[in-house]
Amino acid sequence: MKRFSFSSLMLVLGLLFIYLPMLILVIYSFNASKLVTVWGGWSIKWYVGLLDNTQLMGSVVRSLEIACYTAVAAVILGTLAAFVLTRITHFKGRTLFGGLVTAPLVMPEVITGLSLLLLFVAMAQMIGWPQERGIITIWIAHTTFCAAYVAVVVSARLRELDLSIEEAAMDLGARPWKVFFLITIPMIAPSLGAGGMMSFALSLDDLVLASFVSGPGSTTLPMEVFSAVRLGVKPEINAVASLILLAVSLMTFLVWYFSRRAEEHRKRAIQQAIDESAADSWKQPDIRRAPAPASV
Amino acid sequence: MNMKKFKRRLQRITPGGRQLVIGVPFLWLFLFFMLPFFIVLKISFAEADVAIPPYTEIYSYVEQKIQLLLNLSNYVMLSEDELYIAAYLGSLKMALVSTVLCLLIGYPMAYAIATARKEMQTVLILLIMMPTWTAILIRVYAWMGILSNNGLLNGFLMTMGWIDEPLQILNTNLAVYIGVVYSYLPFMILPLYANLVKHDNSLLEAASDLGSSTFNSFWKITIPLSKNGIIAGCMLVFIPVVGEFVIPELLGGPETLMIGKVLWQEFFNNRDWPVASALAVVMLAILIVPIILFNRSQAKEMEGKE
Repeated sequence: MKRFSFSSLMLVLGLLFIYLPMLILVIYSFNASKLVTVWGGWSIKWYVGLLDNTQLMGSVVRSLEIACYTAVAAVILGTLAAFVLTRITHFKGRTLFGGLVTAPLVMPEVITGLSLLLLFVAMAQMIGWPQERGIITIWIAHTTFCAAYVAVVVSARLRELDLSIEEAAMDLGARPWKVFFLITIPMIAPSLGAGGMMSFALSLDDLVLASFVSGPGSTTLPMEVFSAVRLGVKPEINAVASLILLAVSLMTFLVWYFSRRAEEHRKRAIQQAIDESAADSWKQPDIRRAPAPASV
Repeated sequence: MNMKKFKRRLQRITPGGRQLVIGVPFLWLFLFFMLPFFIVLKISFAEADVAIPPYTEIYSYVEQKIQLLLNLSNYVMLSEDELYIAAYLGSLKMALVSTVLCLLIGYPMAYAIATARKEMQTVLILLIMMPTWTAILIRVYAWMGILSNNGLLNGFLMTMGWIDEPLQILNTNLAVYIGVVYSYLPFMILPLYANLVKHDNSLLEAASDLGSSTFNSFWKITIPLSKNGIIAGCMLVFIPVVGEFVIPELLGGPETLMIGKVLWQEFFNNRDWPVASALAVVMLAILIVPIILFNRSQAKEMEGKE
C-alpha cells in the first residue's frame, strides 16, 4: 500500500510543478504594475494594449493561417502514413518508411530547421523555387513534423479498429478507396480531429523551425514573442502568453470532449448491438477495452 | 484501336492506388526530411563565402573535368576547438541528467495515473498532455519570471527569512535543468503510461500470493515489463534535449554551453553555414543510435507487436 501513496503524492506534486508556473504567468498578466515582480492590483490594460500593436497582430494572423494549412496537410499526410504502416505490412523499403515517419518526433529542431533551409536554398538555385521564403516554406516544415504526430495518433486508432467491417465491405464488392472513405475514415474520425488540433497547436507554437525557414517579413507569433522575451520579462508578453495558453487549453478541452462523446457513442452502439443479437451471442463484436485496472 | 493501345500503355505507367497511398507520404518525407540531410552533409564540406548563399560550391566542372573539393577544415576545427567539444559534452550531460530526473519523477506519476480509476485516468492524462501542446517558449518564459533575482521564488524565500540576499538561479545551469525537466516531463510520462496501463494485474496478485513483497514484485515484474515504455520515454527526452536551443538560450547563462545554442549562433550570428552544417552532422552522428532505438520501439508499437 505504501507505494500507492508515494506515487499518488508524486502525481500531485508533479501536476503542481507543471501547472503552478503557468498559473502564476496568467495571474501576473493581470498585474496593473509595469514592474513585473511587484503586484499593483488587477488590470486588463496589457490585453487592451495588445490590440494596438499592429506588428504583433500581423504575426498572429500569419501564425493562425499557417497553423490552419498545416493542420489540413498534416492530417492527410499523417493518415496516409499511418494507413500504410498499419495495413500494408509488406513492401520494399518499409523499414525506411517507418523510420522516416517517426524520426521527426525526436529529431532536434535545430537540425531539421537547418537542413530544410539548406534544401530550400538549393532548390531555389536549381529550379528557381521557392523564390522567397515565407508562409509556404514554414508550412512545409510544419507539415513534415506534425504529420509524424498525426501518424502516431491515427495508427493507434487504426490498430484497434475491427478489421471485419472493412473486410465485409470488400467482400460485398466495394472498391478499396470506397471502403477507405465510407468506412475507415468515419470510424477514425475522432483521431483525425485530435491529430488536426494537435498539428494546429504544434504549428502555432513552433519557434525554431520557423526561424530557420522564414524569410524577411514573415515573422510568426513565436518569433515575435521570442525576440521580446530575450530582452526580459514584460507585462505585454505575459498577456500574449496567457492568451496562447488559453487558446491551447480550450483546444485540448475540445479534443477531450469530442473524443469522449465519440467514445460514449461507440460504446452505446456496441451495447445496442449486443442487446439486439443476444440470441446468437457468439457473433458479438468484442469490446476492445482492457479490463479496468483495480482502483486504489 | 490506337486509342485503346494508348490507354493500356497509360494504365501500365500510371501508379495504382496502392503505390499512390505509399508513394505520396514517402515522397514528401523523402524530399523534405531525408534529402535535406544530404544537403547538410554536402555543405559541411564547403567553405564559408561572402556571397548568396554564403558558401562555396564543392564541385566544379572545368575543361571536361569534374572536380570534387571536400574541405575538411570545418571538421578539423570542431575537433580542435575546445568550445565545440565542451558544448557537445555539455549537451550530452544536460540530456543525460535531465532524462534520469524525468524518469525518476515521471515513473511514479505514470504509475499513479495507470492505477487510478478509469474516468480519472482520462482527465489526468489530459492534464499531462496539455502542456505538450503549449509552446515550450511560453512555459520557459514563465520560469524566467519565477527564477529571476527579483522574481517570485527569491521574493518568497526572503519573506520567509530563509535567505538574506537573492540567490542567482536564472542564467545558471540549475535554471536550465529546471526548465528542461519541466518542459520534457510530459514526454516521459505519456509513453510510460501507455505501457503501464496495459499491464495485467494478475501477475502482481500471483506474486503477492506467493509471498513477494510489494517492492520486490514492483522491481521484478512491473519494471521489466515496462521496458519498452522506459526506452520510448527516455529517447523522447534525451534526443531533443541534446539539440535544445530555446531553454539554454532563455534560462542559461555564460556557463551554459550547449550545442543547439552554438549551432544557432554560428548560423544566425556568424552566418557561417558550413560550420553550422558540420555541427549538425556531428550531432546527428552522435544521436543516430538513440534515434534508431526509438524508431525500433515505435515500429513495434505501431505494428501492435509486443
